Amino acid sequence: MRLGPSKRRVPGASARWLLGRLGGLLLVVWGAATAGFLALTLIPGDPVDVMLGVQAQVSEQVKAQIRADWGLDDPPLARYLQYLGRLATGDLGESYQLRQSVSSVIGEQLPATLQLTLLAVAFALSLAAIATLAARGRRSTRIVSLVELTAVSSPTFWTGLVLIAVFVFQLGWFPIAETGSLRALVLPALTLALPVAGIISQVLRQGLDAASAQPFATTAIARGLGGRRLLMRHTLRHAAADSVTLVGYLVGTLIGGAVLVETVFARPGLGRVTLRAIIDRDLPVVLGIILLAAVTFALLNLAVDVLYRWIDPRLRTGSAAT
Amino acid sequence: MSFVSVRNLRVRFGQRTVVDGVSFDIAPGECLAIVGESGSGKTITARALLGLAPDGADVSSDELVVAGVDASAYTGAEWRSVRGRLVGLVSQDALVSLDPMRRIASEVAEPIEVHEGGLSRSEIDARVLRMLADVAIPSPETRARQYPHELSGGLRQRALIASALAAAPRLLVADEPTTALDATVQSKVLELLGSLKEAGLALLLVSHDLALVSQIADRIAVMQHGRIVETAAAADLLANPTHPYSRALLDAVPTGHAVRRDGGEIVLAARSLVKQYPAPHRTTTVALDDVSLELRAGTTLGIVGESGSGKSTLARLLLAIERPDSGEVLLRGSPWSSLAESARRRMRGGIQLIEQDPASSFDPRYTVRRILTEAVAITDARANRPARILELLEQVGLSAVHLGRRGHELSGGQRQRVAIARALARRPSILVCDEPVSALDVQVQAQVLALLQNLQASTGLSLVVISHDLAVIAQLSDTVLVMRHGVVVESGEASEVLTDPNHPFTRELLDSLPSGRILP
Amino acid sequence: MTVTLGRTRLRPPRAGLAGAIAASAFLLVLVVAAAAPALFTSADPIQTQVLQALRAPSIEHPFGTDQTGRDVFARVVYGARYSLAIGVLATTIAMTAGLLVGTLAGLAPRLVDSAISRVIEVLMSFPEFLLALLVIAILGPGPVSLVIAISLASVPVYARVARVQTFTVRSSGYVRAAVILGVPKWRSVLRHVVPNTVGPLLVMATIGFGTAIASAAGLSFLGLGAQPPTPEWGLILSEGRNFLGTAWWIAVFPGLVVTVTVISASVLGRYLRARGEGRAA
Repeated sequence: MRLGPSKRRVPGASARWLLGRLGGLLLVVWGAATAGFLALTLIPGDPVDVMLGVQAQVSEQVKAQIRADWGLDDPPLARYLQYLGRLATGDLGESYQLRQSVSSVIGEQLPATLQLTLLAVAFALSLAAIATLAARGRRSTRIVSLVELTAVSSPTFWTGLVLIAVFVFQLGWFPIAETGSLRALVLPALTLALPVAGIISQVLRQGLDAASAQPFATTAIARGLGGRRLLMRHTLRHAAADSVTLVGYLVGTLIGGAVLVETVFARPGLGRVTLRAIIDRDLPVVLGIILLAAVTFALLNLAVDVLYRWIDPRLRTGSAAT
Repeated sequence: MSFVSVRNLRVRFGQRTVVDGVSFDIAPGECLAIVGESGSGKTITARALLGLAPDGADVSSDELVVAGVDASAYTGAEWRSVRGRLVGLVSQDALVSLDPMRRIASEVAEPIEVHEGGLSRSEIDARVLRMLADVAIPSPETRARQYPHELSGGLRQRALIASALAAAPRLLVADEPTTALDATVQSKVLELLGSLKEAGLALLLVSHDLALVSQIADRIAVMQHGRIVETAAAADLLANPTHPYSRALLDAVPTGHAVRRDGGEIVLAARSLVKQYPAPHRTTTVALDDVSLELRAGTTLGIVGESGSGKSTLARLLLAIERPDSGEVLLRGSPWSSLAESARRRMRGGIQLIEQDPASSFDPRYTVRRILTEAVAITDARANRPARILELLEQVGLSAVHLGRRGHELSGGQRQRVAIARALARRPSILVCDEPVSALDVQVQAQVLALLQNLQASTGLSLVVISHDLAVIAQLSDTVLVMRHGVVVESGEASEVLTDPNHPFTRELLDSLPSGRILP
Repeated sequence: MTVTLGRTRLRPPRAGLAGAIAASAFLLVLVVAAAAPALFTSADPIQTQVLQALRAPSIEHPFGTDQTGRDVFARVVYGARYSLAIGVLATTIAMTAGLLVGTLAGLAPRLVDSAISRVIEVLMSFPEFLLALLVIAILGPGPVSLVIAISLASVPVYARVARVQTFTVRSSGYVRAAVILGVPKWRSVLRHVVPNTVGPLLVMATIGFGTAIASAAGLSFLGLGAQPPTPEWGLILSEGRNFLGTAWWIAVFPGLVVTVTVISASVLGRYLRARGEGRAA
């Protein structure tokens, strides 16, 4: 398309919108941090007892020392501001149990989880594309719908176990305990990807059908377009617009699902650390990970919104017809 | 063989026959109009010329010659080669008929790209610009780069026509091409189609509006229940329809005029109303700018204006569901718009509303009985309600059989009658009607307008009728207000304003009425 | 000579009546199993019988036996009441709270609405599962924490739908018609807003019920919910994990039941939504 972009757009409007959204993002992060702080301070019982665990027999003197070390005696407002201040510099505090800074705990475990999540996203998109293409006529669509429904409804931990039972124990295609290789990554990523693939495929298909039923699709056909051209030139863009907003949400659930999958497949990663931290009531770690998840989620949604604006020109110009 | 020749076209959905043996011819440079109400089968008939049919339809014909080729046994691929190249389609409302996510240039270029694959990019661009100029779109280079929602309704429709004709088909099927447009714009678009016809294009024009098509049609075919009941030269049909249905259609066109009354005291008055709304980019839109009016008892005030004239805002202010920024509305001389809602609520019964699309004013879960009960319960004791409801239904020409139905189970005309019944429940002295018949078929329109006139005659109801359709206004109004861009450009007795207008805009509105409409 | 349009025009997956009936039937069976498990099985879900350990599925033990000889089918049947109870409780709480919060936000003055919306946004910035984990981290594991965690995690979604629906109804043509008729504001709110909002929420709750059960099973699987020897479905699955190679039936069948429950809830929910839309169409 050699004719250039429309010069009608008000300069700076997009920039202002982005700034506004970033501001909102900051607000959400602050809100999450505050909620986290509240959670920390609101837990029932003495935080020191929580830290040490129920079993510990420790004298009052030592407890007082720990309290002073952690600044637990300072008034709540001072602690809150300290907390915010530390967060702003990227300091997530120190683990109650692991004698490490939370940031380093996360740093160690993040790559494994990241690998898993990224491969899962790749699988999910591929599976969704295959499913959409497979649904041609009425009968195949029904079958595909059923498969989608099952994929979406099966709990991840169960799917993982079933996949292990079949592919590891019965068929022996994949290793049991090995964690380093790409091969070991396949089943966990697939497990994580299935429900996401199911939803994306469903929304994409529905989007394509809805778009094909619109008047502009009739106009395009009246110009002589056939099925494939109609898809590529018109309906795919509309369906993608619908699906894009969902993808942000789904990747967020991937983050949550990683906890289950890493547990099922006994893989290292943030999921296992989170679980350990919850059972041990190691709250700084839990909070640090959850904050990280919240920020990632919010950033993703922002990216999705930007993408959406780019896909649908109606949102870009925002000017009335002249 | 003739250019377009259809013999015995039949379209069936299972047992149901929607098009039953339709036959017609079209010669190059000729415009045939198919006129009928919704459900008559005209759209399906027109689309058959492009090989388009809804899912599950069974189409057959003895002869189907389209733009000189015999298409009766065409496969999908053959139809695809013909669509856009030999025959083009223009539908209603370009806002949804053009892909909102693609630029105008892409849409117009599409048939060229599909059927003439060998052209270079610059050749195609040049053709697109030429096409846009041919349909009289000013500044085509700028417009080509824009998206459909950035163009006004009229320009959009022209762009749609350009996209249908880009690969130079000799036949154009236009299905209600002007229905979504303002009156002044409508006639210009029809003029464009007319000039294309003069240049040799064969045109099949489908519409529900008999008067409208008279502007450019050479021959008119009237369709009812899947059959063509009459075909004749346009002038002959409009002067002397032979079939009773054609005659009924012609009679239903709003013509003639109400007996002009002088009316009694002023029941509703507006003084210098101003209303603004915030707009994008930190500006405001002025919806109403110093608007004043008076309504006398027992008469009808007609307010005519196109989209963006502010007439709906005016309706809302008259009903006091929004407050004016300045100015006031007086009900029987007492303050109305400046009252607090708690004080005003008691008096609301005196002025009621019916709107263009009553479906959205009915709770989707409610039956007609419940809708009417909600209104009747405000003043009538429980024991009296059933009787009152039946009385209301009778007044509007419905009966008890409709009580159990929900809003979406009724036809457009029935819905409007229920809305009128509900409004009457409060025994109002003033009824504000915001586009009361725009969404209805011509025959139903006539019935509802007649109902309103009867109610006024029997109960002394004062009416405010708001419409973009000058003919409707002419039929009902005693006094007229003409609005444009939030300003009253002309007002006065209907007999004067509509025969000898002062303002150029009023004149333009009158001129854009198709000649088939007869005004007092 | 049939002349047709290219693509078949399909509507969104409309769960037919047959599917909805099958789904309801299954859910009904679950309810009965929860109320009167003895109707389905005579075996004891808790009592260990080591001699019967790790038997494959047979007529006597349709789902096989686990590592301590307990009949897996019996455990699943007795486990129904926990899962159902948690699912129903969590969903009801979430839906009611969401309805209240959302309707309040939709009807309240701008400021209150802004405040509530911000809170909802913050809560929704956490993936649901993680939010539930956080709550359990604070409250400690156990069935009560489970219910609180799951309901809290899903309240924002209900609240947002309730809020949007309230706005839609509030600015709808029929509420405006009621105002014009002279109906007092509070009465039109009660008559129109609440019933039109509860409908969509109930549909969501039907599907949400399935999700809640799956979440409960997941959290129990991680050891954060019900504790042994409770025959909760997720727990049975985690126990079966260690025997995946030798006694796959311990893990597979309970999970299958969870899956079918979620599918049934979804199918029923979709059918109800389609019907609701059909009415409003």
